[in-house]
Amino acid sequence: MRVTCEADLAEAIRGARAPLAVRGGGTRGGAAAGLEVAISGISLYEPGALTLIAGAGTPLAEIEAALAAEGQRLPFEPARWGGLLGLAGESTIGGVVAANVSGPRRVQAGACRDSLIGVRFVDGTGTVVKNGGRVMKNVTGYDLVKLIAGSHGALGVLSEVAFKLLPAAPAQATVAMDLAPGAAVAALAAALGSPFDVSGAGWLPGVGAIVRVEGLARSVAYRAERLTALLAPFGARQIEGAGLWADLAEVRPFHGRAGDLWRLSIRPSQAPEVVARITAAGGEVVLDWGGGLVWARMPEGADLRALAAPYSGHASCLRGAAPRFEPEPAAVAALSRALRARFDPRGIFTPEGAL
Amino acid sequence: MDMPSPNARVLARKAEIVARLRAALPADAVIDAPEATRAYECDALSAYRCAPMAVVLPRTTAQVAAVLKICAAEGVPVVPRGAGTSLAGGAMPSADSVVLGLARMNRVLEVDYADRVIRVEAGRTNLSVTGAIEGEGWFYAPDPSSQLACAIAGNIAMNSGGAHCLKYGVTTNNLLGVTLVTMAGEVVEIGGPYADAGGLDLLGLICGSEGQLGVVTEAWLRILPKPEGARPVLIGFSANEIAGACVADIIRAGVLPVAIEFMDRPCIVATEAFCHAGYPDCEALLIVECEGSEAEIAEQLGLIREIAARHDPVEFREARDAEEARRIWLGRKSAFGAMGQMGDYMCLDGTIPVSSLPEVLRRIGALSREYGLEVANVFHAGDGNMHPLILYNANAPGEQERCEALGAEILKLCVAVGGCLTGEHGVGIEKRDLMEVQFAPEDLEAQMRVKDVFDPGWLLNPAKVFPLHVSAARRGAM
Repeated sequence: MRVTCEADLAEAIRGARAPLAVRGGGTRGGAAAGLEVAISGISLYEPGALTLIAGAGTPLAEIEAALAAEGQRLPFEPARWGGLLGLAGESTIGGVVAANVSGPRRVQAGACRDSLIGVRFVDGTGTVVKNGGRVMKNVTGYDLVKLIAGSHGALGVLSEVAFKLLPAAPAQATVAMDLAPGAAVAALAAALGSPFDVSGAGWLPGVGAIVRVEGLARSVAYRAERLTALLAPFGARQIEGAGLWADLAEVRPFHGRAGDLWRLSIRPSQAPEVVARITAAGGEVVLDWGGGLVWARMPEGADLRALAAPYSGHASCLRGAAPRFEPEPAAVAALSRALRARFDPRGIFTPEGAL
Repeated sequence: MDMPSPNARVLARKAEIVARLRAALPADAVIDAPEATRAYECDALSAYRCAPMAVVLPRTTAQVAAVLKICAAEGVPVVPRGAGTSLAGGAMPSADSVVLGLARMNRVLEVDYADRVIRVEAGRTNLSVTGAIEGEGWFYAPDPSSQLACAIAGNIAMNSGGAHCLKYGVTTNNLLGVTLVTMAGEVVEIGGPYADAGGLDLLGLICGSEGQLGVVTEAWLRILPKPEGARPVLIGFSANEIAGACVADIIRAGVLPVAIEFMDRPCIVATEAFCHAGYPDCEALLIVECEGSEAEIAEQLGLIREIAARHDPVEFREARDAEEARRIWLGRKSAFGAMGQMGDYMCLDGTIPVSSLPEVLRRIGALSREYGLEVANVFHAGDGNMHPLILYNANAPGEQERCEALGAEILKLCVAVGGCLTGEHGVGIEKRDLMEVQFAPEDLEAQMRVKDVFDPGWLLNPAKVFPLHVSAARRGAM
């Protein structure tokens, strides 16, 4: 079923007699079929107030084009995973929010959930709930906006999302270092610990460690030069690297490659050890967020959670036989279960493999 | 201000309850003498006062858990307290409550510059978090005005902001993990020194929940390397509308200052009389601060000068050195003190879409005349977070009520133009009864369901946030 307005969405949920697999653009390997949210369109865009409101089913591309026309952007650099997972389809903004997807700029501008300032969603009883709003600072009542972001549809189905925006940077520069992934983490930490406002810090196979700065042209030139000097002990040099950041965001080195796919969000300083274990087990990595995000392509069936333990953080299996989400400590799991029971008392939003 | 009547059964058992608390805690950690509990009768919303039944000042997470277990078993409401600087009454006790103060839990537990994190006990003051790391060139970004005194626990409870959050975000954007003790006395670790939640984002839910979901005893905070420098400019305008248009143009131009502060004429006049900062004689002024190296600051300020010139400013004053920077900030930082000098004032905290700024200022002016009370405006213009200050005389009969009525009208106006009741101070008791202006019943129901999960007996800070008649059935269940 495809719904194009909030009232129809609420009706569909109220009328559901069996679990509903909800999807936006179907590009993140979640639900296979069922209820498609096609509530689409930008309902408000105020460039002078850095705010945008759109239907959850609005294609990400449509939003990015509207913002680009005004020299603005979503701060968190949303990444498309369709190529990585081999899924055709158009990413929707609601899907981005439901999975809380953030790209390389997360180290500077925060995650998707940090830019999300308001939501409307339909809970498991078919009730429309709104939280947050369209202003940048808002502590009125509980922050259900954060709770819904990244909830993979477990508590409700998004109908509308509101974001705060940032001006797009007129200039950027990339500094590269020819380092192995494990050794790259210290160099990335040095960059992120500098006052030069780094907006990306990752590692790509065949390229090495990369660090990005963005902003006004003269400022970018200055900071890139200072970073190159700071990172000279790691062999840093400036490169023409603008295209590399989309490679990193979309994990292009793994496109079209077989094997299980894992995504680990961990304490960055643990990355060298985790990377060593992954490569020893025949896996390959891509690093983002200064090593805090490890993408791993593993031989089929490898249990990366056991292999990498102990680590602070969590591992998601995007392709493979392992459960998609990291098991939670008992106390946290009990709270999460109880929240789901309150928002979805009939268990409508419980497709296999969800949270 | 209505508060629920104290639970007579709890009051009758005071001696037994205090004895149980004393048995569980060190001797100096339980206070129940009336002359001593009076120190905890209010927070910074001092118009409302009520001494608690007892105060506990634990030193460890285990002691916090022990207190909560006892209070849960006895059905005693618990009011968590950081440093008691809430402007919304978030830490105001009830007569049958135990105030759980975290002031003694103030240690730094771990600093890791490679991972850009610090772990602290939550009673530590905001500014002393930066104090622990600034020697190495780092800082903790959220900077509420009360940062010298306010505690991280309270910052997390209220999701505090500050002048520099235009660039760095508010508490929730800088919080990575917490140790939370639930009302049942269970210790739960949520998040940690890594990005993003695994399952549901309970961390984002707890931040800003006003001490109603659990007591945060420790926190992992994101820390940042200090920028090379910072410098403000002051721009004076002949009308509020023009200053508002200039803010929108600066934002649209792609410059992102770390702060854009706005003051209107009543506020400028009051601060000039108070601290003689040497501000220009004008209708409105902006203070815009940029960060970076000298060259980067010059580049940004150059752009801002060009934009401001298009709005025919009365004055454009650029700080050439630290002393001039200090003088530009002096009036803004003295604004609340200056108002205090003139008499009693009530500080509002609504947020509006930046585009509505001129209209809202005009309508606040009209309301001010209608109610016969002066209103001065000082606020974070970049993000639309307003702080109208209503001046009144608490000793004049009926004037406090008139002031509160005017405040309510202004907050309703904020909601009507698409904004909210509170941008960074929290709801507490102060805005509690206005929540239905902003939220439909089902929106409030969804929020109360969350409290049901964390605190089924509604014992944690129960009479806050939700209008009493809306939460009555749940609170009655305890």
